[in-house]
Amino acid sequence: MKFVDEFREPELVRRTAEEIRRLADPHRHYRLMEVCGGHTHAIYRFGLKDLLPDNIELIHGPGCPVCVLPMGRIDDGLALAMDPNVIFAAFGDMMRVPGASGSPLEHKARGMDVRIVYSPSDALKLARLNPDRHVMFFAIGFETTAPSTALTLMRAKAESIHNFSVFCNHVTIIPAIRAILDSPDMRLDAFIGPGHVSTVIGCRPYEWIVKNEHKPIVVSGFEPLDMLQSIVMLLHQLKKGEARVENQYKRVVPWEGNRAALRAMAEVFQLRPYFEWRGLGFISQSALRVRDEYAEWDAERRFEVPGVRVTDPKAAQCGEVLKGVLKPHQCKLFSRECTPEHPIGALMVSSEGSCAAYYNYEHRKTAMVNIQSSTA
Amino acid sequence: MAHGAGGKASRRLVEGLFAPLLFGDSYEPLGDAAHFAINGASVAVTTDAFVVKPLSFPGGSIGDLAVNGTINDLAVSGARAEALVVTYILEAGLPTDILAAEVHAMAESARSAGVKITGGDTKVVEHGKADRMYITTTGIGSPIRGLKIDARSVRKGDKVLLSGPIGDHGITILLARGDLDFEADLRSDTRSVLPLVEAVARVAAPGLRWMRDPTRGGVATSLNELARDCGLGVCLHEESIPVRDAVRGACELLGLDPLHIANEGQFLAVVAAEYADTAINALNLAPGGEQAQIIGEICDQPAGSVLVSTSYGGSRIVDMLVGDPLPRIC
Repeated sequence: MKFVDEFREPELVRRTAEEIRRLADPHRHYRLMEVCGGHTHAIYRFGLKDLLPDNIELIHGPGCPVCVLPMGRIDDGLALAMDPNVIFAAFGDMMRVPGASGSPLEHKARGMDVRIVYSPSDALKLARLNPDRHVMFFAIGFETTAPSTALTLMRAKAESIHNFSVFCNHVTIIPAIRAILDSPDMRLDAFIGPGHVSTVIGCRPYEWIVKNEHKPIVVSGFEPLDMLQSIVMLLHQLKKGEARVENQYKRVVPWEGNRAALRAMAEVFQLRPYFEWRGLGFISQSALRVRDEYAEWDAERRFEVPGVRVTDPKAAQCGEVLKGVLKPHQCKLFSRECTPEHPIGALMVSSEGSCAAYYNYEHRKTAMVNIQSSTA
Repeated sequence: MAHGAGGKASRRLVEGLFAPLLFGDSYEPLGDAAHFAINGASVAVTTDAFVVKPLSFPGGSIGDLAVNGTINDLAVSGARAEALVVTYILEAGLPTDILAAEVHAMAESARSAGVKITGGDTKVVEHGKADRMYITTTGIGSPIRGLKIDARSVRKGDKVLLSGPIGDHGITILLARGDLDFEADLRSDTRSVLPLVEAVARVAAPGLRWMRDPTRGGVATSLNELARDCGLGVCLHEESIPVRDAVRGACELLGLDPLHIANEGQFLAVVAAEYADTAINALNLAPGGEQAQIIGEICDQPAGSVLVSTSYGGSRIVDMLVGDPLPRIC
């Protein structure tokens, strides 16, 4: 497959892994955070940890959109869709994410009209096909998906499609990174920057990290070679004591971002004063809401939103895992009460969530190593 | 819904409810067909219900699946299908040309597989109470001589064989639903695997320990079931697993793993190491088995799990499918 296989070429992967070993100072422990859930998934999917020396620790960041969504928002969205006239449309990512009243899939089994869509424009298409029903799109995602929601709302307005609305849960990545850096129990050496988000926002918004925090960041692609090369670039910077923003994912990410996408977002959305993140609490100016000019298509203004607040189960340590303070298996519920079949937190649902990734790809492997070392 | 998707929930439903109440003391590890004797004659029997949307898709239709699926369940249990009986559940108002097309498809699939359809039943339910049509087929087969298929006979060092490229059926269905705005030159792989199973059995019967057709839940789910039933680990080499570019591309885009995608014309086999080359040669020479591969082997560890290793030294555990495979967008 073109543009994929080149970045999985075994010989190059091996050579890059060797370079990492050469560069890493054996007397130093490196803590690198991959911000994006897509990276977390790739690390487990390709078994990249097997290729890294023990003193390079990868910390999973907050960049998994469904994982950071507070449970109450899901219940709010589902409550609006209790009306039999409403079609609840969302990405497949959302379908198994539990609210206190169950996941969208569970509501579908009980009779709610829940549809999986592959883009917001598919949801608008549903509205055109069902003029007697109301289609509510449950919008999630960072700057990666926000522009397509914005463009869809612009089209709904231009075409005067009135049986369509968006329940907006779009969040922005920079305040989340800032919140992590502000967290006193977090010590990080450098960041592997999010690839997809950066195709929209570009690389400039990360400059404050290098200026104020003096931590290197490399915006990275998602293939094994991309990620290993990004680690090489970070190690070079750390070795020289530098802190710069570098772009490893040049084939996709323009330094200045995507202006058309940013314009669409600015046209339709404005920053919320604050928004609750699961595990991270309230973060100011960290999420988007629909502008007044598009109020008619804003589900939160069009309908009575119950405003459900759900506290996470006490024993669940999603917040600590999201911030990278705990590894997934160090949570008290991991693989006991909380499994991909019966997830307590969204981190166990999305394949980008570090708990699900760890559960699916890693934890029995760890168990295996433990058995082997205890019998050795 | 997850209970029907072929993964963990399905297995729990069968093992937790059906098996203890219905199968009683004669319960053995779950296979694709039951083998027993009537008046001294050995027979194999299996039954399968088919619900698919859309009813027809590139490469086949529900009628083809209903015939081939049951033939395949018998084949991987080590039996040759002799006769099928069929039940149609039809929704009132189903256009007759659709029904006729499916009956034709069944007749044609049965004829080309050399199996008789000997009886059946039809029920019509109210409009809106069934997804146009459901088909159930029950197959009776005779055991293929010299075969003893049992997960508990699998040993460390045995080889895992796969009959051809995976994921064609599941991705074809996903695309045929028309929700995705992309097209690919793909067809369902629905076919009878009996000729391929017989080709292996002819040359490697004494070393053929286990077989399964990886339908819902895909190769990952079938091999996890094997790992659990035999108590050993299944170690796969990712680069040796045949996957067409169109399937890989669709899976990359949608965040799916080809190992979890359904197949309707492939089978997995575990063969003693000394028979593996003979078996794979026989498969490669048989029509439709050209892309068969040895994809891995049975190991001590990780006991009860499936481990996939990559050509550059990484590895990951692949679990059974949980629920339906859902695309990942954001």
